[in-house]
Amino acid sequence: MSTLAVSRPQLRSRPLWGWTLNDGFIVARRNLIQTVRVPELLFFSLVQPVIFVLLFAYVFGGAIPIPGEAAADAYRQYLMPGIFGQTVAFAAASSTVGLAEDLHKGIIDRFRALPMSPPAVLLGRTFADATRQILVLVVLSITGYLVGWRINNGLFNAIWAYALLLLFAYTVAWVGAWVGLYMPNPETANTAGLIWLFPLTFLSNCFVPINSLPGVLQTFAAWNPISALVLSCRELFGNPTGIQPDYWPLHHSELYTLLSCTVLIALFATLAVRRYTRATSR
Amino acid sequence: MSRDSAVHAEGLVKHFGDVKALDGIDLTVERGQVVGLLGPNGAGKTTTVRILSTLLKPTAGVAYVAGHDVVKQPDDVRHAIGLTGQYAAVDEYLTGRENLRMFGELYHLSPKYVKERSVELLDWFDLTDAADRPARTYSGGMRRRLDLAASLIAKPSILFLDEPTTGLDPRSRLGMWGVIQSLVDEGTTVLLTTQYLEEADQLAQDIVVIDHGHVIAHGTADVLKDQIGGDRIEIAVTDVSRLARAVELLRPIGTGEAVIDETRILMPVSGGSTVLVDAVRVLDSEGIEVSDIVLRRPTLDDVFLSLTGHVAEEEVAAPAKGRGRGRKEPKA
Repeated sequence: MSTLAVSRPQLRSRPLWGWTLNDGFIVARRNLIQTVRVPELLFFSLVQPVIFVLLFAYVFGGAIPIPGEAAADAYRQYLMPGIFGQTVAFAAASSTVGLAEDLHKGIIDRFRALPMSPPAVLLGRTFADATRQILVLVVLSITGYLVGWRINNGLFNAIWAYALLLLFAYTVAWVGAWVGLYMPNPETANTAGLIWLFPLTFLSNCFVPINSLPGVLQTFAAWNPISALVLSCRELFGNPTGIQPDYWPLHHSELYTLLSCTVLIALFATLAVRRYTRATSR
Repeated sequence: MSRDSAVHAEGLVKHFGDVKALDGIDLTVERGQVVGLLGPNGAGKTTTVRILSTLLKPTAGVAYVAGHDVVKQPDDVRHAIGLTGQYAAVDEYLTGRENLRMFGELYHLSPKYVKERSVELLDWFDLTDAADRPARTYSGGMRRRLDLAASLIAKPSILFLDEPTTGLDPRSRLGMWGVIQSLVDEGTTVLLTTQYLEEADQLAQDIVVIDHGHVIAHGTADVLKDQIGGDRIEIAVTDVSRLARAVELLRPIGTGEAVIDETRILMPVSGGSTVLVDAVRVLDSEGIEVSDIVLRRPTLDDVFLSLTGHVAEEEVAAPAKGRGRGRKEPKA
């Protein structure tokens, strides 16, 4: 029983970037299989944003006026891109918790002892977490449609808006990955590791027009990349935008979204990969 | 010559902040050899393995694995080694087969090879029936077998096993020993860490005892046992309050210092079975009743005790790993 018949393996050769993509794909596949194997987790990750839509649309909706919009359902139209933005930002949560778990269980140790490309584990993780948001966006869009939200600006613009949302999901996934590699265990990751997401999503135009915010907070909200993202989506979907205070990112929302995502990915991917090559399970 | 050995480390030092985890470890493992790294929790066993498997960089010192410098040529080292850590590092949601496929592909082996090798390993580790079930449904022993199978997917010539049987029940432990033995029979070089003295005795030809980041002894099990000399007499008395007096009475019979291990007296002796008679006689002269008395060859426990002055710390509570979402406790 001890004799193993299969002959010694031959290593295949490929350029370095080829291996990085290959290994990233293998890890992404692994993370997406996890999604399918734990349907209850996927289900509840969909339920939460749906509940948010219903709460904001029906509880707060009547109380929050949108400057310059008289229509009764203006807030619901206004709200949906905000919910989209907030929801995709939480893609970071699964990167943080997932990596903290892998680290804690020693799986990162095993990956690191393999002759694989070092960025691949993080590439795969962030890619899978952003990909998962496609399903979330589909479910949210249907929910939005049911409460009266509409795409009013043509299919092409809508697709562009969804693309920006996924780019943003991918961006925050990298931030989340970097945070996750510092977490001592999954429990901490689930609480402390996600705290930054609340000011990020609430100090923005996701749920309320930022005209009403006092000085410093308004400046923060205006320069918050998620505000530019959500504003871009409102414009691209043809939803009410309210009246924008005078800040550069809000006058060039799409450009600022692309710029900030690029800069943040470059920064956090560098930091996360550097951290990864030193991380061990203790 | 150092580069011809499977593993060769010189003066490994590792500091974590102010903590000196390793304080100058020298270690050589020849090709095809099994070396046991023995020591209590916190002695530096895991840190040593992590440096040799390229996971940690040493603060000072050099190490070659399969002839490659672990710091300068980590990828070459990684191609040559398999690593099995203290806890089954397999993906819970993937099936056994998918786990092997993933790790095999990440070694950059051809898909055809990975597929055939997986079938072979699953069969060998008695996991064929469970191969297409997610690993989270596996028992602790099955996970450890899958974990070991994963580190064998690329047929590494050098295998690092960090406490491969910690937390396993006795039956699974015996099974694991059998597997390790057959790997060795096939010519795999193994460096294994353990806190079970019996395990090192069973598996390793050469034993390196470490404590507080230092190598404190090195040799075959027999050499280590001879080093502390002679046989051991072990005596239990009915009246525990008279243990101290019993030690005093026994002292002239022994060849070394007697120690009290909880309720038993442990003492090196020479002279075979006549010492048994002598011991019973001196104790009887003061009416100390002997409830148990044995004469035996020294074990590695005795070696450890005489080298470090303390008993090897067995883990009090087996880590709750291997079942469900076990948590790793921070190590001392």
